[in-house]
Amino acid sequence: MLNRIEIKKKLKVILPTVVKPGRYFGGEFNHVVKNWDEIGLRMALVFPDIYDIGVPNLGISILYETINKRPDTLCERAYVPWLDMEEAMRENKLPLYALESCTPLAEFDVIGFTLPYETLYTNVLNALDLAGLPIRSADRNDSHPIIIAGGHAAFNPEPMSAFIDAFVIGEGEEAIHDVLDCIKSAKAEKLSRIQTLERLQAIPGIYVPAFYNVSYNEDGTVKSVEPASPKFPKKIIKRVVGILPDPPTHFVVPSIDVVHNRIAVEIMRGCTRGCRFCHAGMVNRPVRERPVEQIVNAIEESLKNTGYEEIALLSLSSSDYMHIEELVSTISERFAGRNLVISLPSLRIETFAVGLMEKLKGVRQGGFTLAPEASTDRMRSFINKPIQAEQLLETARQIYSRGWNSIKLYFMIGHPSETMEDVQAIADLCKQVIKEGRKIIGNKASLHTGVSTFVPKSHTPFQWAALDSIQNVLDKQNLLKDQLRTPGMKMTWSNPRETILEATLSRGDRRLSDVIEDAWRHGAKFDAWMDQFNYNLWIDALEGAGLPPAIYTTREREISEVLPWDHISTGISRKYLEREYQKALDGETTDDCRDQCLACGIVPTLTNQLKDKDGVQWVCLEAA
Amino acid sequence: MQRVRIHYFKGEALQYIGNLDLHKVWERTFRRAQVPLAYSQGFHPQPRIHQACPLPLGFTSQVELLDFWCDSDESLAELQAKLEKSVQPGIEIQTLTNIPLRSPALQTIVESALYQVILPEDCDLTPIQAKVNQLNGAESCLRERRGKQYDLRPLIKELTFSSSKPASITMRLMAMPGATGRPEEVLEELGISPFVVDVVRTDLTLLSIPEETETNA
Ligand code: SF4
Repeated sequence: MLNRIEIKKKLKVILPTVVKPGRYFGGEFNHVVKNWDEIGLRMALVFPDIYDIGVPNLGISILYETINKRPDTLCERAYVPWLDMEEAMRENKLPLYALESCTPLAEFDVIGFTLPYETLYTNVLNALDLAGLPIRSADRNDSHPIIIAGGHAAFNPEPMSAFIDAFVIGEGEEAIHDVLDCIKSAKAEKLSRIQTLERLQAIPGIYVPAFYNVSYNEDGTVKSVEPASPKFPKKIIKRVVGILPDPPTHFVVPSIDVVHNRIAVEIMRGCTRGCRFCHAGMVNRPVRERPVEQIVNAIEESLKNTGYEEIALLSLSSSDYMHIEELVSTISERFAGRNLVISLPSLRIETFAVGLMEKLKGVRQGGFTLAPEASTDRMRSFINKPIQAEQLLETARQIYSRGWNSIKLYFMIGHPSETMEDVQAIADLCKQVIKEGRKIIGNKASLHTGVSTFVPKSHTPFQWAALDSIQNVLDKQNLLKDQLRTPGMKMTWSNPRETILEATLSRGDRRLSDVIEDAWRHGAKFDAWMDQFNYNLWIDALEGAGLPPAIYTTREREISEVLPWDHISTGISRKYLEREYQKALDGETTDDCRDQCLACGIVPTLTNQLKDKDGVQWVCLEAA
Repeated sequence: MQRVRIHYFKGEALQYIGNLDLHKVWERTFRRAQVPLAYSQGFHPQPRIHQACPLPLGFTSQVELLDFWCDSDESLAELQAKLEKSVQPGIEIQTLTNIPLRSPALQTIVESALYQVILPEDCDLTPIQAKVNQLNGAESCLRERRGKQYDLRPLIKELTFSSSKPASITMRLMAMPGATGRPEEVLEELGISPFVVDVVRTDLTLLSIPEETETNA
C-alpha cells in the first residue's frame, strides 16, 4: 500500500482533475494534526458520504474534539470520495486516507463510522474497500483495524452486522473513552482480534454481533437472538450521559463551501412529546437541558474559534426547552449588531414561536418552518401530534404579517389507516394557509410543502406497523402534487422507492448483510442521492437472497413476534411501546410526559448511568 | 474608516481553494481576529474585502494582495498581530499598508503576473528549451479557450528557460480584465503537463496609479 509521501505525490496529479479538490486535501482551520511517532493510539472517524455533507455532522464534531483532547490518542477524519475522485483513486491505487496526515485508513487502530441513516450503508462498504480492507468482519485479521460504528441507525445494528466489528449503542461521549481505553490495553498486551472484541463486548452499550446467534422461524421471521456464550449479556442497554458535557467549540472550519457552514449548539437532548413515528424522540430519552449560560458561552467561544457567521440552536423540540425565552433574549442582546444569522428550528406551532423567531431575526430572513405532520384530528391522534387547525392558521397569519414571506410546512403521509380524505385535508389546509398569506401580503406570500412518507422505525410504537404500499403512496403524492403546485406554492416529496429501501434496512435482520453486499458489488452507493440511487439493484439483491421486500415493509408484524433488534434496549420497555401502538389503533392520544410521567421504562433501566456526578439519583424531569 | 492592503503568501495548504472560497476564508479570519470589517450598504450587506487577480487551482503564490476596509483606527502593526494569530495554515501575511480610501479597486490595477515553474528532475530539457525559443520567436500563437479562438502570444510578456538545477521556466503573463494569460496554457504549448510541475506566482505588476491627492479620511 502507498505511504503518506507517495499519497501526497499522487494527489498532486489527481486533484487538479477532479471537481472541488478542496474536499480531499484537509488543512482546515481547527483540524488537529498530532505526531504519529509520539502517539500510540490512532483513530479515524469516517462519515460515509462526501465531505460537503460530513463536515457539518455534529456527532463527528463532538467525537473529534473529545478524542483529540486525550493526550494518548490522535483522531483524524475521512469522508467518502465523490465518483470522479473514486475513479481516480482506484485507477492510481490510492487507498482511502485520513485528511490530517494523508495516512491510509488501514494503518489506524480503530476506524469509527457514524450511521445517522440507513441509506449510507453501501458507502460504508465502499469506504472499507477503498481503504483496502476486507469488508466483512469475519475476513479481517489481527493486522486490521477494529471497525466500530454508532449513530441513530445503529439502534438496529443487524443489517450491518457482517461488516462492523463492534457497535456503540447510544451516546458516544463517554462510551468512546471506554472503547479507546480497551483497545489501548489490548494493543499493549498484544491481544488477538477475538480477544479484543471479547473485551469490547464487556463494555456496557457495546455490541459485537459476532457473539450473538440468530435463528429463524419457518415463515422467515426471527425466532431468537442469543448470546453465543453466557458471558455475554442477553440485552445491550444503550449508553447515555447523565449530564450533557460542554458542547464542542472548536469546529473544523472547511475552506470550501459545505451544506451547513455554521456553529451548531445542542440546547437540549431528548424529547417528551411522544410522537409515535419519531425514532429520535424515542431513542434519545431522557430529556436533558443545557443551562442558558453554558449555551451562550459555547456560542461566544465558538464564534471566536471559528469566525462563522451562522449559528444553529438544535434540539428535537426547541419550544420545550425550559428557558427558551431567557435563552433567546440573552442571545439576541449579547450578539446584536454582529451580522450573525441565528436559526432555531423545531418550534411548536403557536404564535409564541413567532415572537421568539422575531427576536433572533438578524438582517437576513429565511423562511419559517413548521411541522404539523398531519391534517385531520383522526391522523393527529394516531401519530400523537395533536394540533388545532385554527392554531396553525393563526400562527401562519402571525408569520406572514411579521415580515416573513415564506412558510415551509412538513407533512407525513402513509400512516396505517390513512385515507384519501386525510390526504385531501393536507391539501386543503395548505390552501388555507396560503390564502391567509395572500390576504396579508398579497402575491408575495409563498408556501413550501414538504411531504415525506412514513417509515416505521425500530424502537418506536410503530415498529410493528406496515409501510404503505407503493401504489397508495404514489396516488397520495399525485393528489397533493395536483393541488399544491400552483403559483406561490411549491411541494417536495420523497421518492417512494427510496422509502422502500429505507424501510427495509431500518427494520431488517442480519440476512440483509448479504443483500447490502450484493447491491454494493453490483454498483449501489450514494443511495441517499436521488440521481445515484438504483432501486433495481436492491430488488435484485433481495430476490437473490430469497427475501421479498414485503416481509420487511408492507407486512404488519405480530406483537408477539421477536423483532431483530429486541436484544438492543433504548431503556424504553416493550410494554410501553405496545401500549402506545394499541392506543394509536384506538385513536387515543397520550400526553406529553413532561407533565405526567408515563413510566416508559428508562428510569429503572438507565438508572446507574443517570446518576449525576455527585451520585444523586436522576429524576426524569419533575415527574418520575 | 481605513483601507488596508495585505500582501501575503498563499501556500500549499490552500492550493486547491479557489477565489470565492478564499474570500470566505478571509472573512472568517477577520471575524476570528475581531477586526471590524466595514459592510456594504443594501439589503444583503457584505463585508468589504477585495482580492487582486485569482490564482489558478494547484498553484502557490508569493504575491497575493487583498484590500479591506475596517471601522477601526488600530495601527497597522496591531492589525497585523491580530490577523496573524487568526489566519489559517496556507496564508502567510507579509506586510500591511494603508491605501487611500478612494484609490481604484485592486482587480482593475493588476497589469501582469510573473510565474516561476519548477520542472521535475526526470524531465527531458532539450525539447523544452527548443519550444521556449520557438514560442519566443513566434508572431502569434492561436489557441482555443471555451470554444473561442484567441492569440496567446501577445499575452506572454516574457518567457525564459533556465537549465541550472532545478531547471525552471519563468513567464510574465498579462493579467488585465479581458486579457489574461494562463500559465497552464503556456505550459501546454511547451508540451509540459501542468500536473507534474510546481508553479509559483512570484510577482504582480500594478499599473502606476495617478497621484492621489486624497488620503484617508
Ligand atoms: S420516564 Fe416518564 S417522564 Fe421520563 S421519558 Fe419516560 S415517560 Fe417521560
